[in-house]
Amino acid sequence: MDTAAALLLFAAITIYAIFGGADFGAGFWDLTAGGARRGERPREVIDHSIGPVWEANHVWLIFIFVVLWTCFSEAYASITLTMFVPLTVAALGIVLRGASFAFGKAVFRQRARRSFGAIFAVSSVLVPYSFGAIAGGIASGQVPAGGRAGDPLHSWVNPTSVVMGLLAVSVTAYVAAVLLTWDARRLSDEAMVGYFRVRAVAAGAVAGAVALVGLFVVRSEASYVFGGLTSRALPLVIISAVAGLGALFLLRGRPHRGGRLAAIAAAGALVLAWGVAQWDYLLPETLTVSAAAAPSGTITAVLVAAGLAVLLIVPAFILLYVLDQRGLLPEEGVDDEPDRGSGADRA
Amino acid sequence: MTLFADVLIPVMEVNPVPWARAQMAFTLAFHIILVPLGVSWSVMALIANYRGIRRADADAIRLAQRWSKYMAVTFAVGAVTGTVLSFEFGLLWPQFMGHWGEAFGVPFAFEGLFFFLEAVFISIYIFGWRRLKPWTHFWTGVPIAVAGIFGSVSVVAANAWMNSPEGVTLDTAGNVVAVDPLGVIFNGAMPLMAAHMVIAAYLVGGFLVAMVYATAMLRGRRDRYHRLGFLIAFTVAAIAVPVQMGVGDGLARWVYSNQPVKFAAIEMVPTTSSDVPETLLGHLNSEGQVVGGVPIPGLASWLSDPSTGRATVVQGLDTVPADERPTNRQVNVVHLAWDIMVGVGTALFLLTLWYWASWIFRRDMPRSKWFLRCAVAAGPLAVLAMEAGWIVSEVGRQPWIVYNKMRVEDAATTNTGVWITFIAVTILYIGLGVTTILVLRGMNRRYREARRFEETDSPYGPREPAKET
Ligand code: HDD
Ligand code: HEM
Ligand code: HEM
Repeated sequence: MDTAAALLLFAAITIYAIFGGADFGAGFWDLTAGGARRGERPREVIDHSIGPVWEANHVWLIFIFVVLWTCFSEAYASITLTMFVPLTVAALGIVLRGASFAFGKAVFRQRARRSFGAIFAVSSVLVPYSFGAIAGGIASGQVPAGGRAGDPLHSWVNPTSVVMGLLAVSVTAYVAAVLLTWDARRLSDEAMVGYFRVRAVAAGAVAGAVALVGLFVVRSEASYVFGGLTSRALPLVIISAVAGLGALFLLRGRPHRGGRLAAIAAAGALVLAWGVAQWDYLLPETLTVSAAAAPSGTITAVLVAAGLAVLLIVPAFILLYVLDQRGLLPEEGVDDEPDRGSGADRA
Repeated sequence: MTLFADVLIPVMEVNPVPWARAQMAFTLAFHIILVPLGVSWSVMALIANYRGIRRADADAIRLAQRWSKYMAVTFAVGAVTGTVLSFEFGLLWPQFMGHWGEAFGVPFAFEGLFFFLEAVFISIYIFGWRRLKPWTHFWTGVPIAVAGIFGSVSVVAANAWMNSPEGVTLDTAGNVVAVDPLGVIFNGAMPLMAAHMVIAAYLVGGFLVAMVYATAMLRGRRDRYHRLGFLIAFTVAAIAVPVQMGVGDGLARWVYSNQPVKFAAIEMVPTTSSDVPETLLGHLNSEGQVVGGVPIPGLASWLSDPSTGRATVVQGLDTVPADERPTNRQVNVVHLAWDIMVGVGTALFLLTLWYWASWIFRRDMPRSKWFLRCAVAAGPLAVLAMEAGWIVSEVGRQPWIVYNKMRVEDAATTNTGVWITFIAVTILYIGLGVTTILVLRGMNRRYREARRFEETDSPYGPREPAKET
């Protein structure tokens, strides 16, 4: 049962990394799209593609927290005590990002739109970096068990954290670029297809390079995880690499549906590889899954909630994605008409 | 690195507990303003939507579709501020979560489920106006309303558990060894607190939305569209008010029986006695005696248990040691907050009586300008009552974070930098609040001035081929 809860946790982290990550990555491309004129069209594609889904994607994070603090509360206490700074940065980044995105859609004035856009873009990069750095700190054993605080600075400013942070940013950018290529195609915008395709290749190359460097860093800094990556988790590492390359391959010519799936598989396999590599530790070499696990009553309740979630949310999500992909959710509301009889009464 | 260790860390050595409390209270108080809109606005939009389709009422449809756009903004702000709360549980109260997360977390597992549903369907509803069939679209809105209710019930269940920590078995060292999830969720405080909060959500959301249309009507925009917007929202609130009074009365009696010290703080009762007066306003001085205020003889006793009337004994603050009850200052805060909640509740009740009486006798809403002015005031007042209610509940529980089981100072983080995050969060949230209001007002103005759109460009109407931009 403890294992089931841990699997649930890692599944949620993986899904968040993919879908939440793709949203963050889209923000990265927003940030790098250049000046107002040059960046206008890419930004439109980006807006169009994450509009209807971002809020739902983002609930996965809540779910991760809830599973962590309910089923593995000792790990949650240790992580939040130690990783106070990057978690705070991530929290503030999420506020800025979510709010500026919603506001940006609701205002029409160009200047206001642009400043919301800038906040949105910068925080989209900050948040995945923070999460990556936290994961790196955990992987390299910087978080002690027992609800104690580790080093407040070194725990997230260390080689593994830096590499994982960069990896998070580049992988999310890569996945986003692949998905955006697909979306641009749906909008039959060949220029944008080319635009995002180039970026997908570039981000893919950077992510691959960071991952390679990362392996060396992990070998010296996080030996337990390295051991896992080169044994139990090796198949996942290979899947990730192959799928990542495959996605780029499938982007040649007309973007192919398989390209999207391959990019998603590449990112997902990478996160899962991390989980498998540090199994059965939640906090490598200090706290195992079973040592951190809550009493069985709690775990049962969470698994029941997760079961209900599968029954209710999976169909709902599929509905959302299908409607979105079919273009049935084109924009918020409709263009509006003026209030009637508003000639004399405007205050 | 040495700069960090030698200079920055000593600067940051500030006791985190008061700052953590302040930050938690501030962010919760902010989030809770958005909650009623999230819970009840969807219902109001659905009422308008239903009417719009049923009676081919273009005004109603226009209301529903504009409301859904405003909802997109308030929901997003509610979601991000809620996310911050889930970070804060760990960042500010790691020992609390480490120790009790196994129980306290259970309702949140279900809350997550409902928020998920809400978020998914809100996306479909907001983005589906143009292309979904009218009734299909209407039904995609219904899960939002249902999930909003269950979502807030789940969160309140977690909070109620802090008041009434049941469903856990502890070993001799006080560690949780077994959890009964149903016992945790359906703890003693939960049913009434959850009901009181859900009704508060309809009450506050209704008055807030009605406030906007009342303002417009006062400025002369008395067309059918504004009238309809007002009527839908105000009627929802006017139904909620009397129910809320009844539930609140029951809740007060629950507190009387189960959290006698909190009750003593609410009624400002220093020593145990019968025939306790209900003191309006007033405060405790530093000796802990009641000063000032208007006492209504025997009323507190009578309300606590009408069957024994004025003979009902109310336990005083002095029945527990001073360090196991709220300080005098906290008692004053609780008592004032209580007066505000009940006072505002009563005022809102009178306002809704006016409304209902007018419907019964004149078959129309009150025509008087004063009614509209009161309706405008009711929006912020309802928010005030809700904030006050939470202050009663939270400050009245002090010094316990988990009633009679864990003290606040044992729960807090040891990170001494909390004062910095408090300042950062405060600035950020003030900016967020101001921007939210500006954006909503900007949307409103744009709707009023949007003259360039075609009449045909209405929801469910004949559509031009989708313009994929
Ligand atoms: C619009 C808001 C509103 C209004 C008009 C009222 N309340 Fe309330 N009250 C709340 C909104 C609220 C709340 C914010 O929703 C609280 C905080 C915690 C909770 O469950 O509900 C609350 C808490 C709360 C508590 C404390 C519960 C606890 O400590 O656990 C009591 C005893 C009452 N209420 C009683 C009343 C009475 C007798 C009212 C009659 C006039 C009343 N409330 C009107
Ligand atoms: C489900 C909802 C809520 C939960 C789980 C919750 C939880 C908490 C926690 C953990 C604390 C810190 C410990 C303590 O001081 O006891 C706290 C304090 C506080 N909360 Fe709540 N809270 C909730 C709702 C609210 C709301 C909506 C308000 C709005 C005003 C509020 C007002 C406060 C205040 C004023 C304090 C500080 C009390 C003090 O230190 O004197 N709470 N709450
Ligand atoms: C103190 C603890 C609280 C936490 C951790 C919390 C957490 C959250 C989170 C994470 C969200 C966003 C979910 C999403 O993305 O859809 C949210 C929104 C929401 N919260 Fe809170 N919340 C708290 C207090 C409350 C209280 C006291 C209520 C109601 C009684 C409440 C009711 C809601 C509702 C209904 C939403 C849905 C969003 C909306 O409709 O605006 N929350 N909350």
